[in-house]
Amino acid sequence: TRHLKTLALTLGNCHGQKIYMRSPPIPEMATQEVQLNETLAHLKTESETLKSKLEEERAKLHDVELHQVAEKVEGLGQFVMKTRRTLKGHGNKVLCMDWCKDKRRIVSSSQDGKVIVWDAFTTNKEHAVTMPCTWVMACAYAPSGCAVACGGLDNKCSVYPLSLDKNENLAAKKKSVAMHTNYLSACSFTNSDMQILTSSGDGTCALWDVESGQLLQSFHGHAADVLCLDLAPSETGNTFVSGGCDKKANVWDMRSGQCIQSFETHESDINSVRYYPSGDAFASGSDDATCRLYDLRADREVAIYSKESIIFGVSSVDFSLSGRLLFGGYNDYTINVWDVLKGTRVSILFGHENRVSTLRVSPDGTAFCTGSWDHTLRIWA
Amino acid sequence: MKEWNIKCVNSFSMEKVIVAMQDPDMGMKMRNQRLLITVIPHAMTGRDVIDWLIQKYNICEEEALHVGGMLVRYGYIYPLKEPRSLVLRADETPYRFQTPYFWTSTRWPASELDYAIYLAKKNIRKQGELMEYEKERYSLLHKRINHTWDFVVMQAREQLRASKQRRKADRIVLECQEQAYWLINRPPVRSLTLHYSAVLYHTIESCRRALGRNRVKSSICLEGFVKFSEQYQNHDPIMQGCLPSNPWISDDTAHWTMNSEIVPVPTRLRVERWSFSFMELLNDPIGRREFMTYLEKEFSAENLCFWQACEDIRHGESSKIIQKVEDVYKNFLAPGAARWVNIDSKTMDKTLEGIKHPHRFVMDDAQLHIYFLMKKDSYPRYLKSDLYKNMLAKAIVPQETKKSVFPFMRRQRHSSPSPAQAVTQVTEEDGRAMGAGKAGTNSAAGSHV
Repeated sequence: TRHLKTLALTLGNCHGQKIYMRSPPIPEMATQEVQLNETLAHLKTESETLKSKLEEERAKLHDVELHQVAEKVEGLGQFVMKTRRTLKGHGNKVLCMDWCKDKRRIVSSSQDGKVIVWDAFTTNKEHAVTMPCTWVMACAYAPSGCAVACGGLDNKCSVYPLSLDKNENLAAKKKSVAMHTNYLSACSFTNSDMQILTSSGDGTCALWDVESGQLLQSFHGHAADVLCLDLAPSETGNTFVSGGCDKKANVWDMRSGQCIQSFETHESDINSVRYYPSGDAFASGSDDATCRLYDLRADREVAIYSKESIIFGVSSVDFSLSGRLLFGGYNDYTINVWDVLKGTRVSILFGHENRVSTLRVSPDGTAFCTGSWDHTLRIWA
Repeated sequence: MKEWNIKCVNSFSMEKVIVAMQDPDMGMKMRNQRLLITVIPHAMTGRDVIDWLIQKYNICEEEALHVGGMLVRYGYIYPLKEPRSLVLRADETPYRFQTPYFWTSTRWPASELDYAIYLAKKNIRKQGELMEYEKERYSLLHKRINHTWDFVVMQAREQLRASKQRRKADRIVLECQEQAYWLINRPPVRSLTLHYSAVLYHTIESCRRALGRNRVKSSICLEGFVKFSEQYQNHDPIMQGCLPSNPWISDDTAHWTMNSEIVPVPTRLRVERWSFSFMELLNDPIGRREFMTYLEKEFSAENLCFWQACEDIRHGESSKIIQKVEDVYKNFLAPGAARWVNIDSKTMDKTLEGIKHPHRFVMDDAQLHIYFLMKKDSYPRYLKSDLYKNMLAKAIVPQETKKSVFPFMRRQRHSSPSPAQAVTQVTEEDGRAMGAGKAGTNSAAGSHV
């Protein structure tokens, strides 16, 4: 406080007039801050100790590398994949897309608030909705094919039932389901049209009942924005994985809300997470320009997919049907195709004229779709 | 907070490349470039850049052009002749490296960075001059923007050096102004600390839980990936193609028609997949129907019916849960129930207790018990049964469509009925989804893809 008084005097002298300042922090607050400091230091130490112990335990059972096990597997030949459809219609950056279970329809969303449903096979637009907000970062197709969910800077996730009545205004039947305190980064229906899982810039994920809008479960544990999520294709169907700006990928139990596994090996934000088709592992894509594979039974990272010449972040990843290939959409406008087992890059695909922001393989694995900041979507096969 | 409009590159990696390019031994060979009558030192040609990238990263010309192009676009290298044309030309066009001060990575949320620089300056000027609350924030910031800390220190030093050249009076004024500004505008540490400690609690808890888990040896897990990929390789259209043809490539939807939800005769690959795992069988509507037929023959169909009813509770409307739980109890669990399922007494007791306060997951344990019962017992026997073997024998193996004689003639791309159509034709009750992949099964109209 003495220091501050001197400051006020000096300022007064310099400028020849009074300078009004907010009142300085009261001494009490300083003590509270010191106490918090001590607790913080103690927690930090405990956290670091436990983390090293965990790494030790994980390393004990790591007896072989993936590429070693994959030595006996036949290598992949030349890979030819081309753009088979280009979907033009968005007036701004495409941010997200999802496939319909019918294997040919898709929903996409963009920065200008437009959400479009396409028959990607014919490239016809079937439905279009303009959201009241910009940056619609998340969209998802309902399993029945009868509705779509979307959201973004409005901090909400809304469900639109799809009507074939040309005169019907889709926006009229809109249903607000999820409410977060920051932007919606991703959303996904669970096994039915009745529940939606969301992730948000507010650092949480949440499970919602579509009918009532009720919050069924919330998931806390990320230290910063959560950017992506994916549901596990497991027999018991009760878990999902999320990735965030805190460089962590967390696996959650949907019933209890607990974080059951956590992985922190990326060096920057995790933009995308996707389960391996068997459900025993998941891949992640990050701003650190790498994709990584994490095995859930071994409880560790088992592969890194990177190349020195790849210097831009990965926005989106997905596996081919057999899990042998991993497709990554990158911020340098390209798509890199990786051999999951051998760890090598099999192909690099050019075509988009701006960042690839979203990438999903079709439900039957016949193609994958990319959305880009160049306003278009492309189907590759 | 993720900066959606600014943060688009991993500056870390880009800067690594630039630093490597300027390495005295392995970096690029620089020369003097003649620009009209001026000689510009420390320049290189576009061709030099590409050749260096090709050699260093073992990539092809197209990729090197692409990577190099990015370096120009983001300002790490700039062209000498046409400064506004941010393109890398693979010829004698001259380029130069940009000074670090102007690197893209410096365009961060200004306040945090500026505050960090301010604190760094204070720290450098007189060791230990930082107040308690400033030390606190300094260390928190150091953690948050650690990757750009070299820049922070560099900037602090630069600014201190520049300020030394000012008159003493001016210098003091500026210092005071700065101090006053940050006194008012410093980011509140209380919220930072509380948030940080909550995160630490979570980390500690999840670490403790993780330490208690059983882990599987890497060799076993990784072998699993090899086996899985091998098993599914023939079913992966991108890897092996698909029969009769990939619709996206040939414009022919026959592949989809043959593999619709419900067809008179499924394809061979599809029936084969039922043998890969119990989940594959149950996820396929035809597979599930076949399995039900088999169970009926064995008089254990109530197991599958019970499992389906439980799925319905788990994934259905919240408002119908209580009613559905009651129905399930009446039909499957009550003593003397018409389709009584055989669950062990411990699970049964727990379930009956839970039914008193029904919720979405109340049937989970019982459902899992029956699931594993079917998986271990009925499923393997089904795969050995005549029912399955006949299904496999009469399954279709589509003929590969020969490429069109006239490759320039494009097939007409036919549209398909939208799944959304199903809702308008059936009753509301049937319209809800009944689990994965049952889009519009109840609709009578037309064929579905």
